[in-house]
Amino acid sequence: MFLLALKMLLGDRAKYWMLVGGLAFSSLLMTQQYSVFQGLLSWTTSHMRNMRASIWIVEARVDQVNETKAMRDTDVNRVRSVEGVDFAVPLFQGVLKARAQDGSDKMIQMIGLHSGTLYGRPPRMIAGDITQLRLPNAVIIDTVAAEVNRLGAGMGRPLRIGDAFEINDREARVVGICETERHFFGYPYVFSSYDQALQYAPRQRKMLSMILAEPKPGLNEADVAQRIMKETGLRAFTVPQLEKSTLKWVWANTGIPISFLTTIILGFVVGVAVCGQTFYSFVLENLRNLGALKAMGASNMLLAGMLLLQSMTVGLIGFGIGIGMTALFGLTIAKSGQPPFLMDAAFVFEALAAVLLICALAALFGIRRVAKLEPAIVFRG
Amino acid sequence: MNPTVPSSKTSPQAQPVGQAVGARGIVKAFGVGDARTLALKGADFEAREGELHLIVGPSGCGKTTLLSVLAGTLASDQGEVHLFGTRLTGLSTSEVTRFRCRNIGFIFQQFNLIPTLSLVENVSVPLLLNGAGRREAEAKAAERLQQVGLGGRERQLPTQLSGGQQQRVAIARALVHEPRLVICDEPTSALDSVTGHQIMDLLSGAAQAPGRCVLIVTHDPRVYGYADRISEMEDGRVTGVHAGESLSSFIHSENRS
Ligand SMILES: Nc1ncnc2c1ncn2[C@@H]1O[C@H](COP(=O)(O)OP(=O)(O)OP(=O)(O)O)[C@@H](O)[C@H]1O
Ligand SMILES: [Mg+2]
Repeated sequence: MFLLALKMLLGDRAKYWMLVGGLAFSSLLMTQQYSVFQGLLSWTTSHMRNMRASIWIVEARVDQVNETKAMRDTDVNRVRSVEGVDFAVPLFQGVLKARAQDGSDKMIQMIGLHSGTLYGRPPRMIAGDITQLRLPNAVIIDTVAAEVNRLGAGMGRPLRIGDAFEINDREARVVGICETERHFFGYPYVFSSYDQALQYAPRQRKMLSMILAEPKPGLNEADVAQRIMKETGLRAFTVPQLEKSTLKWVWANTGIPISFLTTIILGFVVGVAVCGQTFYSFVLENLRNLGALKAMGASNMLLAGMLLLQSMTVGLIGFGIGIGMTALFGLTIAKSGQPPFLMDAAFVFEALAAVLLICALAALFGIRRVAKLEPAIVFRG
Repeated sequence: MNPTVPSSKTSPQAQPVGQAVGARGIVKAFGVGDARTLALKGADFEAREGELHLIVGPSGCGKTTLLSVLAGTLASDQGEVHLFGTRLTGLSTSEVTRFRCRNIGFIFQQFNLIPTLSLVENVSVPLLLNGAGRREAEAKAAERLQQVGLGGRERQLPTQLSGGQQQRVAIARALVHEPRLVICDEPTSALDSVTGHQIMDLLSGAAQAPGRCVLIVTHDPRVYGYADRISEMEDGRVTGVHAGESLSSFIHSENRS
């Protein structure tokens, strides 16, 4: 009977495609929007992947990695004196204006690394030597900064090692090129030594943005971070803690999650509406057939099972198409990173569950109708 | 697995031997308040094994309603129905459903074949509902189609057939699981007279099977000649039963008027 149930549905081409199309659209909307949302969220924490450090210490009122409140230079020493800290170094982080060869201004994400340790260095160098950052006026730029429409403007080609540009009228000479993950603000990364960065940046009373620290070997990062907080009154995060805090900040302080959530919920609602409506009308159109089956001895359980099977089948097919389109979107349009795209397996299953829930709800309306159906209706003209 | 009804609920001693269908004092009302109509007002009915039994009467007299009650697709308000010694009244809905599944074949005025399923799939439905495997069910169904003169068209869809052919498919479907009772409501009224006679030939052939009873509601005096017995209804009651000589004279008078 179940095979026949599927044939009954497949035989109704219009409704079948309407259902599959509606569910595919709904799946696409949910998974694609979620992936872009996840991608955007990942941009907010990309600093932690572009600069590698175990413990991040910030001013007491700072909740997230993209926000800086200047700290006192003496704070570095206070952190160093905390027990369990192997070493602690200053970090400069700020958005500056750079001038390309053609004279145009480009915004950059300036990062100043402690020149002794180069702690917080970008993990993926693709050209040059990070230690050359200790030379005067030396910078390492990421591949995005090197592009012709960024700092390569006026060169007719991407910047290479040995090329130069200006930051605040000071020369910046490229000694290396690294790869980074895109940051939320979209500015390309330029790394220099900490002292050099202070030269590039407009002079202010306090210039220290953050402190990066490494615990002594064998010690737990979270414990050491906890101790730093207790003893200095600053805030100290391990990488997972800072990620969590940053995401929490984004949820609490921006409209991004709400607007994406709205779209995702809308996708679900559209799915319920289209699928529920279409499936119910499929059931209504087949009421005589279902009544005949009931008269011939099909139990309510069996008919309910048939309807569920029908709706679940279109659910799976629709979801397959939807997730396929999302994947295609991820592999093509979003490959450039614009819009951002991050799909995780857990959400694929959640979305599948949501789609099957839609289908179950749609089937439920039909099942209720069929359960109340008098088999005697088939005798009426 | 076996959908027959527990023997504690049967009472064979109360029912005459050879009785297929027995109904006493069936009352059925539809609607409430001013809209309430009494479709059946204490109808008694009996049909025997091995007979083709017609139920006739003016429009609105309750023929379809009675047939639905006898088939167990409609619960009556009062009265009792026995089918082949099983007391249908008082069984739970699911027990009645299982009883129908095993013991009753249906033929409807509008054929009610499932349009998106092939002929052989349509015919195999009662077997599948009785738990048969697909292969076995389709083999038997194909055999039945052969018997009603539609061999070789198993994979066609109902919409590719004429009304008479569709009704033959419906007959194949109604008989495929060898039910003891075959229930037909106006099986010929959507068909022309020649086709109607072909259908009645098939149905009276089906009534020859031992222990089977074919019950047909009809308006159509042209098919009265096929009956072994005719129950006449009027205004919610069975008002007369004709068999033997009384049947011949009844048919004669009906065909003249
Ligand atoms: N589901 C229903 N709801 C309300 N009234 C009904 C219903 N079914 C039947 N009736 C009424 O019950 C009476 C008997 O109807 P039924 O269909 O049994 O008559 P019938 O003899 O089969 O008529 P016909 O020859 O026109 O088919 C009619 O008055 C009809 O209007
Ligand atoms: Mg009728």
